[in-house]
Amino acid sequence: MESVENKTILKGGEWLIKESTANDIFIREDFSEEQQMIMDMCSQFIQTEVLPIIDRIDKLEPGLMRSLLVKAGEQGLLSTSFPEEYGGLAKDFITSTIVNEGLGNGFSFSVAIAAHTGIGSLPILYFGTEDQKQKYIPKLASGEFIGAYGLTEPGSGSDALGAKTTARLSEDGKYYLLNGQKCWITNGGFADVYTVFAKVDGDKFTAFIVERGFEGFTQGPEEHKMGIKGSSTVQLYFQDCKVPAENVLGEIGKGHIIAFNILNIGRLKLCAATNGGSRSALDMSVEYAINREQFNTSISNFGAIKEKLANMAISLWASDSALYRTAALIEEKRAELEASGKTHEQALLGAAEEYAIECAILKVFGSEVLDLVTNEGVQIHGGNGFSDEYLISKAYRDSRINRIYEGTNEINRLLILDMTLKRAMKGRLDLMGPAMAVANELMSIPDFGNDDETPFSEQKKYIINFKKAILMVAGAAVQKLMMNIDKEQEVLIHIANMAIDTYHAESCLLRLMKLTEKNGEANVAVLKDIVDCFIYDAADRINKNGKDALNAFGEGDELRIMHIGLKRFTKVQPLNSKAAKRRIADKMIADRKYAF
Amino acid sequence: MKILVCISKTPDTTSKISFKENNTKFEESGVQWIINPYDEWYALVRAIELKEKDASIQLHLISVGGADYDPVIRKALALGGDEAIRINATNNDSYFIAVQIAEVAKQGGYDLILTGKETIDYNSSSVGGMLAELLDVPYISLATKVEVNNSAATVNREIEGGEETDEVSLPVVISCQKGVAEQRIPNMRGIMAARTKPLKVIEPAAVEALTNVVSYELPAPKAGVKLVAADNVQELVRLLHEEAKVI
Ligand SMILES: Cc1cc2nc3c(=O)[nH]c(=O)nc-3n(C[C@H](O)[C@H](O)[C@H](O)COP(=O)(O)OP(=O)(O)OC[C@H]3O[C@@H](n4cnc5c(N)ncnc54)[C@H](O)[C@@H]3O)c2cc1C
Repeated sequence: MESVENKTILKGGEWLIKESTANDIFIREDFSEEQQMIMDMCSQFIQTEVLPIIDRIDKLEPGLMRSLLVKAGEQGLLSTSFPEEYGGLAKDFITSTIVNEGLGNGFSFSVAIAAHTGIGSLPILYFGTEDQKQKYIPKLASGEFIGAYGLTEPGSGSDALGAKTTARLSEDGKYYLLNGQKCWITNGGFADVYTVFAKVDGDKFTAFIVERGFEGFTQGPEEHKMGIKGSSTVQLYFQDCKVPAENVLGEIGKGHIIAFNILNIGRLKLCAATNGGSRSALDMSVEYAINREQFNTSISNFGAIKEKLANMAISLWASDSALYRTAALIEEKRAELEASGKTHEQALLGAAEEYAIECAILKVFGSEVLDLVTNEGVQIHGGNGFSDEYLISKAYRDSRINRIYEGTNEINRLLILDMTLKRAMKGRLDLMGPAMAVANELMSIPDFGNDDETPFSEQKKYIINFKKAILMVAGAAVQKLMMNIDKEQEVLIHIANMAIDTYHAESCLLRLMKLTEKNGEANVAVLKDIVDCFIYDAADRINKNGKDALNAFGEGDELRIMHIGLKRFTKVQPLNSKAAKRRIADKMIADRKYAF
Repeated sequence: MKILVCISKTPDTTSKISFKENNTKFEESGVQWIINPYDEWYALVRAIELKEKDASIQLHLISVGGADYDPVIRKALALGGDEAIRINATNNDSYFIAVQIAEVAKQGGYDLILTGKETIDYNSSSVGGMLAELLDVPYISLATKVEVNNSAATVNREIEGGEETDEVSLPVVISCQKGVAEQRIPNMRGIMAARTKPLKVIEPAAVEALTNVVSYELPAPKAGVKLVAADNVQELVRLLHEEAKVI
């Protein structure tokens, strides 16, 4: 924990054991004028360049996606965060997150541009030699080259290191000969440059820069997909594919470092993109609900519809709060590492690694918010929601992939606790102390009074208690299951769910506190409803996940005591959430959009 | 050559319109502001195109408004232009505004002054004409095409049922509409540059407004539409007679 200008910057995972203040966090409402302009520019790009031709995009019209990416390159949208010496704009991490969100509602285009600027370009930028960067990055920045990433194989998806593609040095030492197959490669059908992973000498997992046109490289036909139909997805085949030795990316045998580090940033960026998608799916649904009449009245007057709209808004606001809080943490860490002498690229990678737990939390939650929003969006549209005539049906189909790629949500959930425990074991995170304190508290007389009268003291207390619930359950799980904990995935996932809810609950409370200070209580009334509802609903979810986890390994008195503790830690005041949700929905109906 | 483009801010077209203080003032809270589309898409973009062809052109933007204008001015600067001037006054009277701009324009020696054909909020279409008169230069309204060479401009304008082509010597004030240029999206470099471009704020000249708004009123809400089947003429006649009472 360090202090910069009265701000406490928590280390990765530390939110679980330490408190933050409103002043510590960055919120969307803190965007600079320039950042707001960039957000507006991105939506304008989607509105004017992408949406009018979305049906042609979905038909995979040859050349169309490439021409759009070139246009995006002219706008400066492909190189936001690249250093200037490679044709980039050297913007900060928050700004590049804004670009991902702003471009997130362009359906298949969003996938293509996110893949190009993320997994398609970043491996070379972060791990390339100077020559490799000079050769490829300026062209990737302009859109002259399109990038793609080949990690997955038919036999190895989640188990990425189980890849079977091999690489063997040619006798003259000039080439590596790649043999094998990659699948599900986004932008694969028309990309120019691929980062491909293969095992040298059968076991050294290594990344290579492969260009379309290298001898022995071919691609399969376009996959027929459930959604993101306009995004190119193909298999790649390598038959003694000749890759020049200077195209090894990073070190031989160190491919996993590239594969995993790129994912941290990718997960946060995926959340940014899904939030952009959620925002427009919610706007569509509000507008449709207002206009659709049944029983002689707008369906937006029905409580059933209002509750849906409110639930969509509540979850999106929580995701949005956690996203920019985390993006700013990464940006601050990057600046700190850069100041200490690291290159821009090393610094950003280091910063993203520091907050890898938070990135996994964002990915899971953001992708599930989009599923909720598009699913309820279809429902609000009724029969029309099932028709291709309405964009919401496309949004629904396109949403589903987000829970699968960038690490499935199961893998990400498992990683949340896995990474947290590993950090505790390495001494990076002091979990023992706080977990012991909670265990002791269980044995003592509960503190019922809350004499703290300061604003939000009650909600702050809830968050502290949610964290205690996690520490209690996780602490007990580690103690009971010990080295076998890996085999009890259900327990790990339940605890991850508690963490996901708590991180989001805290993030939206801190944002509300900051906005209250800035705008006054009267102007944040509906936002307070949002936060109240989120915490109220989260308390029950945390309780249920905690119980399910505890019951899996606890016994007797000990289990009974922990149940009592869990009940205490997830207890919140009764809330008339019906009334609060109506107020949230009514505000959106009056604004004709999600304007939070 | 020096070009001046007049930029005003207007509520986003999706804004909810309401009034306050006994219907004498527009309720600005919660309103999203945009550059008046006629100023942005046509006047400003055309000026930028001219500058792209001739880098020696100096392109200035001018607005009359309070500090709340600055974000909109910087949005305009993100599209293009070398610098902006804001005259720090909040009067909506066209004459008042025209005089303020004229004062600056006289000092600046501009060859071409472009405005939008109107603002999409108050729609008065008067500043351009008044400005030309105050500067004693020609005025061409409702341009659909603007070409400039050295000391003259060729301007097309829409007339009833056709088109007119004018030639005019500079300096001139031209109000622009659809056709003059195509909407552009600012790019990242433009947005980044906008922050460092000069935005000069100057105090207004002393002048009385000639008009004063007494009150605003919203149009009556649209009545619901009744659909009558195409073959049911009798019902249509009955409705027109009994309900609409027009026949
Ligand atoms: C449209 C699309 C685009 C893609 N783009 C790319 C790309 O550009 N580049 C690229 O390299 N890859 C890409 N992928 C591949 C994607 O990353 C993988 O599909 C994903 O990692 C899952 O791997 P899998 O499909 O083999 O599923 P599996 O790994 O077989 O998973 C099946 C199920 O088992 C679960 N599971 C697997 N292992 C575990 C475990 N240890 N514990 C608990 N549960 C487990 C998973 O969560 C999932 O529910 C893309 C996929 C799609 C569909």
